[in-house]
Amino acid sequence: MTTLNSRIPKGPIKDKWTTYKDKIDLVNPANKRNIDVIVVGTGLAGGSAAASLAELGYNVKAFAYQDSPRRAHSIAAQGGINAAKNYQGDGDSTYRLFYDTVKGGDYRSREANVHRLAEVSGNIIDQCVAQGVPFARDYGGLLDNRSFGGVLVSRTFYAKGQTGQQLLLGAYSAMNRQIARGKIEMHNRHEMLDVVLVDGKARGIIARNMITGEIQRHSAHAVVIASGGYGNVYFLSTNAMGSNVTAGWKIHKKGAFFANPCYTQIHPTCIPRSGDYQSKLTLMSESLRNDGRIWVPAKIEDAKAIQEGKLKATEIAEEDRDYYLERRYPAFGNLVPRDVASRAAKERCDAGYGVNATGEAVYLDFAAAIDRYGKEQAKIKGIDNASASEIYDLGQAVVEAKYGNLFQMYEKIVDENPYKTPMMIYPATHYTMGGVWVDYNLMTTIPGCYCIGEANFSDHGANRLGASALMQGLADGYFVLPYTIGDYLSDDIRTGKISTDSPEFEEAEKSVKELINFFISNKGEHSVDYYHKKLGEIMWDKVGMSRNEKGLKEAMAEIKALREDFWKNVNVPGTSDEMNPELEKATRVADFLELGELFAKDALDRNESCGGHFREESVELDGEQEGEAKRNDKDFAYVSAWEYKGEPGDAVLHKEELEFNDIELKQRSYK
Amino acid sequence: MNLTLKIWRQKNADDKGQLVDYKVTDISEHMSFLEMMDVLNEQLINKGEEPVAFDHDCREGICGMCSMYINGEAHGPDRGITTCQLHMRSFKDGDTIHIEPFRATAFPVIKDLVVDRTSFDRIQQSGGYISVNTSGNTQDANATPISKIDADKAMDAATCIGCGACVATCKNSSAMLFVGAKVSQYALLPQGQVEATERVLSMVQQMDDEGFGNCTNTGACEVECPKGISLENIARMNREFLKASL
Amino acid sequence: MSGFLSSSIARKVAMALSALFLIFFLIMHLSVNLTSLFSETLFNHLSHFMGTNPMVQFLLQPILIFGVVFHFVMGFVLELKNKKATAVKYAKDNGAANSTWTSRNMVYSGLVILAFIVLHFIDFWIPELNVKYVHGDMSGLLEGTQDFRYFEELQHKFVNPLRVLAYVVSFVLLGLHLSHGFQSAFQSMGFNNKYTKTVKAAGKIYSIIVPAGFILVAVFHFLNH
Repeated sequence: MTTLNSRIPKGPIKDKWTTYKDKIDLVNPANKRNIDVIVVGTGLAGGSAAASLAELGYNVKAFAYQDSPRRAHSIAAQGGINAAKNYQGDGDSTYRLFYDTVKGGDYRSREANVHRLAEVSGNIIDQCVAQGVPFARDYGGLLDNRSFGGVLVSRTFYAKGQTGQQLLLGAYSAMNRQIARGKIEMHNRHEMLDVVLVDGKARGIIARNMITGEIQRHSAHAVVIASGGYGNVYFLSTNAMGSNVTAGWKIHKKGAFFANPCYTQIHPTCIPRSGDYQSKLTLMSESLRNDGRIWVPAKIEDAKAIQEGKLKATEIAEEDRDYYLERRYPAFGNLVPRDVASRAAKERCDAGYGVNATGEAVYLDFAAAIDRYGKEQAKIKGIDNASASEIYDLGQAVVEAKYGNLFQMYEKIVDENPYKTPMMIYPATHYTMGGVWVDYNLMTTIPGCYCIGEANFSDHGANRLGASALMQGLADGYFVLPYTIGDYLSDDIRTGKISTDSPEFEEAEKSVKELINFFISNKGEHSVDYYHKKLGEIMWDKVGMSRNEKGLKEAMAEIKALREDFWKNVNVPGTSDEMNPELEKATRVADFLELGELFAKDALDRNESCGGHFREESVELDGEQEGEAKRNDKDFAYVSAWEYKGEPGDAVLHKEELEFNDIELKQRSYK
Repeated sequence: MNLTLKIWRQKNADDKGQLVDYKVTDISEHMSFLEMMDVLNEQLINKGEEPVAFDHDCREGICGMCSMYINGEAHGPDRGITTCQLHMRSFKDGDTIHIEPFRATAFPVIKDLVVDRTSFDRIQQSGGYISVNTSGNTQDANATPISKIDADKAMDAATCIGCGACVATCKNSSAMLFVGAKVSQYALLPQGQVEATERVLSMVQQMDDEGFGNCTNTGACEVECPKGISLENIARMNREFLKASL
Repeated sequence: MSGFLSSSIARKVAMALSALFLIFFLIMHLSVNLTSLFSETLFNHLSHFMGTNPMVQFLLQPILIFGVVFHFVMGFVLELKNKKATAVKYAKDNGAANSTWTSRNMVYSGLVILAFIVLHFIDFWIPELNVKYVHGDMSGLLEGTQDFRYFEELQHKFVNPLRVLAYVVSFVLLGLHLSHGFQSAFQSMGFNNKYTKTVKAAGKIYSIIVPAGFILVAVFHFLNH
C-alpha cells in the first residue's frame, strides 16, 4: 500500500528550498536530450513547465484540448499576480507573503510548499518582465502595484484587467521559442484519456486526436499533469466550458491520491444566472468591492416586489436597505474574504431577500462611491455649491476610470446601466483548492507522475487569496518542477526510449477505445448536458456554499444513482473517428460524476468549517463570533488524501498531518 | 423569439459543405448567442441528428476560441465583443441569421463552424518571443524603467486574443493586424529590441508563407476586432519591416 | 517576383510609393490644365515646354510611364494573391458594416482609371507621338499658322459629349480611388501617428479638388468651344 511521504526537507523553513536545491540530483545536459517528458495542459503551470523543461534540454511533448496553448483558461484571470517584491516599501517580505497565504488558506496548506512559493514569487516577476509581459507601470517607468483582499500590503502586479492573459501569453511565447527549436512537440486539440503505468511508474499517456478521433500512444519518462481545476463539476462555474478533471481523475484511478476535493472557492462577485439555458457564469473582479456597497431590501415585501418586477432598486429608501456585510462585519464590511462574502449573500437569498427573478442575486451599489468621489472632485476642482448632477457626473467619471471595462462587460451581458441601477451579483464556483495530492517535489503517489498548478492541492489550503493562483501556476512551472523533476529523472538516464508496444500501453489503449465505443453505440435517451446539469444541481444544492451531514449523504446517493443512469441512458451522437464535441463532453462528465461523489464524501468526512468548506454543524455557538465558521484544529489539521478503490464511495482516506512550526494557528475574525 | 438559422454544415475538411436551415423557438433575449446554439444542439441531439460543431471555451471573451461569422460580420453585429459575448437581444423575433465559419485559405474548415487557426501559432513560433531562458537570475524587474506611455501601448497591442476576426473580416484575408500587434508589443519595449530585426522579417515571411493576403488598409479588421486593436500597429510593423530591410 | 519585392509589406510600400508619385504627378498635370481656363497663351507655352523639353520627354516621362505601369501591375499581382487567400467566399458578407465601398473596390476604380488612361493615350498622347516623332514636327504649331496647336486641340477634344461624359465618370472614379488611396499610402509606409488625422483630411480634400479640377477643365471646354 502506498503511504504518504510529503518529502519535506529538514531544516529551518527559510532555508529548506535553497538547501534542498543544492543537494538535489541533476541530469547532465547530454543525458537530458535522451529523456522525454509529457506535459498535459498548457495553461500557466503547464505552459511554463513545458517551456522550462525544454530549455533545460528535455524532449517535451505538450498536450492541449484547445486549438492553441494560448487559449488555456489561465487567460481569464483578471486581477493580478502577487509577489513579495516590496517595491512599495510598505513592509512586504517573503515571510509576510508566506504568512498571508497560510492564514488566508485557513491553516490547511503545507507550510514548506507555501514558503517556497513566496520565495520564488519575486523571480516570477523578473522572468515575466524579461519575456516582455507589459505589466502596468507608473509615470516613473517602474512597476505599479495594487492591493487585494485579505492582506495589508500592495504586492499585486497587474496588466490592466487581463493579467492572466498577459502571463499566459508570456509562457506561450516561451513555449513557441522551444517549439521552433524542436524541443517541444505540441499536440493541440488532443485530449489525454488515460495514463500508462509500466512497472508502477508513469511512462506515458493515451490521447485522442480531437480532429480525427485517432487514439494515440505517447510514451515518456515522466508525465506532468497541469490540467487545471474541476469547478465544472458544478456545471455552472466561471471555468471555461472545456475545463475538466479527466487528466487528474484518470491518474487518481491509477493510483494517485486525490486531496481535499471539498475545498472549493465560491467567488462572491459574479453575474447572476438569468435562466435555465445558462451555460456559464462570468466573474466580475473582486476589486469592485473596494467601492461598491452590497445590500438587499430590509423588508421581505420589498424583496418580493422586486422579484416580481414591480419595484426597482432605486425606489427603495435608504433606511429600507440592509447593508448586511457592513451590519454583520463592521470591521471589514464589504471587504471580508471571498468565502465569508459568498455565504452571507446566500444566507440573505435563502431567507427570501434576493433581488432578481430567480431570487438569487444581491445588489452591488456604486451610488455612494459616485457621490463620495464626486464631492471629492468638486473640492479638488474648487467648485463651490456643486449641484447634485454635477457631483454625480464628476463621481461617475472617477468610477468609470477605475472600473469602466467591468461596467461595460456587465452592461453587455445584463443590458442594464450599472451607473444608474445597482449591479446584481451572486456567488459562483471559481477555483478549486483541492486536487491531486503531491509531495514537496510536486510528484503524485504514482512515481514519475507530477501534478502542478490548480490541478494539485498543495498551496492554498482551504481558501485561496486573490492573485495567488497565477503566482502558484508560474512558480510550479518555471521554478519548482524543472528542479524537482531532475531528482527523479536522474535515475532514468540509462533507460532509453520507452516503447509504446508494451502490454501496458496495449491494455490502456484498449480500455480507452472500449469507453469510446460504449458512448458511440449506447444510443440512450438523454444528452450529456442533461446529466451534467443534474449533477451541477445536486452539487450546488447539497455540496455548495453551505453543507450538512444529511445533505451530503443525500448528495452521495443521488450522484451515484445519476451516474448509474448515465451509464445506461446517455446519448452521444456522431461517430468516434471524427471531431465529436458531444463525445468529448461525455468522457469528461463521466469523470465528474465520479469526482462529485468523492467530493461529497470528503465534505462529509471534514466535520469542521474551514475556508471555502462550511459545515453547518461546525459554527461558533456564542460570543462575538456567533454563527461564524468554526475550524477544528484538534481533529482536522490534516490533508485528506483519498485512494481510489473501484468506486468513489469506497475511497480510502489517508491523512497527511499538517505541522505548523512557523505560524501560530488562529481563528480568522473579520468582525 | 423565433428565429431561422442558416448554418454552414460541413462534415470534415474534404466535404464540400452547404448552408442548412434550422428553426429555433422560444429564444430568450437574455441568452448569449452560444447559449442559443446550445439550445439548437440539444434539440438536434434529441431528434437524433448531429449537433453543430463550433469552437468555444471561456465564454467570457478572452480565450479567442469562438469564431463565427454572423450575418456577414465576424463575431456578429455588435462591436468590441466576441461571439460568446453577443446576446440575443441584438436580434429580433422572426430574423433569419446566417452563421458561417471564419473564411480564409489559411484557416481551413475542420468541421461545420470549426476552423484550423494553427497558422497563427506558426507565425508566433517564427519569432513572437523574446529569447530568455527561465533561470530566476534575469535582472530585477525594475532595473530598466519603461515609459508608461510605451508600456500602455505595448499592453494595448498585447491584448490581442488571436481569434482571427481580423483575417475573417478582411476582404484579402490578411493577418497583418494580428502580426502587427505582436511585432508592436515587442517593438515598444526595450526587451524586444535585441531581436527586433530578425523578428519582424521572419514573422512577416511566415505570414506570407501561410497564405494570408495583403493589407489594403480598408480598416475592417480594426472595426471588427473584439479587443479594438488599432491600425497603428500595422503601420508600426510596416516601419519595423522597412527598418529591418533597408 | 523575388528578393525584397517578394514580401507582402515590401509590395505594399512599393504600391504606396508609386501612388504618391502619381498623386504628385496629378497635381502637375492639373496645374497645367487649369491654365487653359484663363490663358490660352500660358497653356500653349507650358504645353510646348512639356512636350519638347528633353528632360521631361526622355527622363520624367519614362519614369511616369514606369510608375503608372508599375502601380497597375503590382495592383493586379496583389489582387490575384489576395483572391487566392480568400478562395471561399461568404454566403453573406456585410462589408459595409466595417469599411467604405471605395476601400473594398480599389481594383474596380483602378480598372476604370486604366480604361480612361487608354482612352486618354488615344486622344492625346499617341497623336502627340505621331506628330513629333513620326512626322518629326517638333514646332508645336498648328499646320499653316504661327499659333501653337495645343489649346486648339484641347478644345477640339471636348466637343463630343460622350467623351466628356466618359472623362467625367472616370474622374469621379479617380476621386473615389484617391479618397482611400491617399491616406492608405501613408499607412502602408508606416505613417500612422498624431498627424494621421491631418493626412486623412488632406486626402479627402485632394480627392475632391483634383478630380473636380479635371472635370472643370473638360466641362469648361465643352461649353466654350
